[in-house]
Amino acid sequence: MAAVKTRRTLAKVGVVTGLVLGGLFAGLPVLWMLSTSLKRNGEVFQSPPQLFTEGFSFDAYREILGNGTQLRFFLNSYIVAFAVTILTLLVAVLAGYAFSRFRFPFQKTINAAIISVQAVPPITLVIPYFGLIVALGLYDTYAGLILTHMVFTLPYAIIMITAYLNTLPRELDESVKIDGGTGWTALWRILVPVSVPGLVAVGVYTFMISWNEYLFALTLTRTDDMRTVPIGIQLLMGQHSYEWNQMMAMSILGSVPVLVLFLLFQRRFVGGLTAGAVKT
Amino acid sequence: MTLTAPRASTRAAPAAPGRPRSTLARRLVPYGYLSPTVLLIVVLMVVPIVMVVGYSFRDNVIVQENSVFAGFANYTRVLTDPDFLAALRNTAVFISVSTVAHLVLGLTFAMMLNTQLLSGVTKAIFRIVYILPWLFTIAVIAVIWRLLFDPSGVVNYVLQTVGLVQQGVNWFGDPATALWAVTFVNIWSGYPFFMISLLAGLQGIPADLYEAAAVDGTNWWQRFRHVTLPQLRPVIVSMAVLDLIWTSHQFALIWMTTGGGPLNSTEMLSTFTYKQAFSEYEFATASAAAVIVLLLTMVLAFFYVRSQRER
Repeated sequence: MAAVKTRRTLAKVGVVTGLVLGGLFAGLPVLWMLSTSLKRNGEVFQSPPQLFTEGFSFDAYREILGNGTQLRFFLNSYIVAFAVTILTLLVAVLAGYAFSRFRFPFQKTINAAIISVQAVPPITLVIPYFGLIVALGLYDTYAGLILTHMVFTLPYAIIMITAYLNTLPRELDESVKIDGGTGWTALWRILVPVSVPGLVAVGVYTFMISWNEYLFALTLTRTDDMRTVPIGIQLLMGQHSYEWNQMMAMSILGSVPVLVLFLLFQRRFVGGLTAGAVKT
Repeated sequence: MTLTAPRASTRAAPAAPGRPRSTLARRLVPYGYLSPTVLLIVVLMVVPIVMVVGYSFRDNVIVQENSVFAGFANYTRVLTDPDFLAALRNTAVFISVSTVAHLVLGLTFAMMLNTQLLSGVTKAIFRIVYILPWLFTIAVIAVIWRLLFDPSGVVNYVLQTVGLVQQGVNWFGDPATALWAVTFVNIWSGYPFFMISLLAGLQGIPADLYEAAAVDGTNWWQRFRHVTLPQLRPVIVSMAVLDLIWTSHQFALIWMTTGGGPLNSTEMLSTFTYKQAFSEYEFATASAAAVIVLLLTMVLAFFYVRSQRER
């Protein structure tokens, strides 16, 4: 009995040591970003490195938040990501309803096409997009970014929403039709309200994809009026003298929306995400 | 498929009483719901792919008014370009090392987080810390690691203190280390997705399988080899292929850390194609490269679809 207990304690020590080491690997770089954002720029590379320095201040954040150009990047990112989220959910709910509640010719073909969109390399699309977006007069506009971001968000959202609607019993929407309603009313009056938890998870993921998108934002916009946060961070990096503390402050401010969304919806979100990745 | 459809759709959408609708109209209903999706997919994927294939067989595209037919000239130019071949090689190293490391780290962390030895709260806190790298956009990850990997940065300070290096190494700036540095950063940023999926997979393994194995007097390694791995195999296979595909798409990380340099040592298919198009304005050559990248991805996607079918 004592031997079993010793082995259990040893195993526990082993697991905790492993978890702490892994946690340092995952967490230390993030901690260092936070600490650097609170330093004076001259202290960033001081030796030996210190987590908190004499020059501890929020000046770097003040610089970023007091700069109209940087604020515009944030505004642009919010506008694009919210618009992409709403449009994606709208289009994907309609498609998910069709896949979940109807059987029709070419269903599998259309479904396969939607799934395969996820495998198409963005770098292959960006060249024709450049030609197409310029031709449509959408170069350097919100509309151009919103439209192109949807190529990444839509397939995932459709797969997830279809899977979610499949879990809802058919009697739910059939009952509306028996009362004389149409499929359209059944969808919006019954299925969508019941699906809110699933739609939130999909919406969060959609927002994250759009907020983080880099390649299209880089190639399809030109002016600071249309640049998004990831490009803003890169522009700070491209300046002659590196303001490391400001770059880190901007990075943290640029990560806040995703971090908050993730922490708020963690449980539901991780479940939904794995369902999408494992089952589709 | 066409034969079974009418029966199935009648069951799915019975006509509302008192409102007879023609069968044709009823059959078109699902396509109505799908029309925005189909329209977007045509505009955002079908048309662009046709366009890029078209560009790849022509010359003077996009930047000039009159393009001319060029046959396979662009493909020959790309496939004989030593920079492209270097990019192909780098991409192969980058995606295979990343995927293997994601799998090993993801599985190790998932198993540690799945332990019965710790309380739920402790595990929940560790889980959030472990997911952290995945929550930052690539632009942020690029600046973090440029700071950490700076010649006078904290990573070099630690390595010098323990005596592993004599002087600060310019990890992203030295052709000997740059490819490993970007691969390392990609490993750091990408393992959580594997971990989350494998954790869900581990939690789905029936406990009686382990109990039966324990009754047979097996040790930890035997249970891992003969219960855990076979049960996780479908998840591992599909995640690995997906990861190969997604890692091969990686552009932002390379672009913002090394830009493909120094001396092409981190040039990837994505950065090569981007430079051809948006730095050199050789859109025709870039299109040929883009089509080759697409074809290579299709090969991977084929394996992905097949691995899904087997399940």
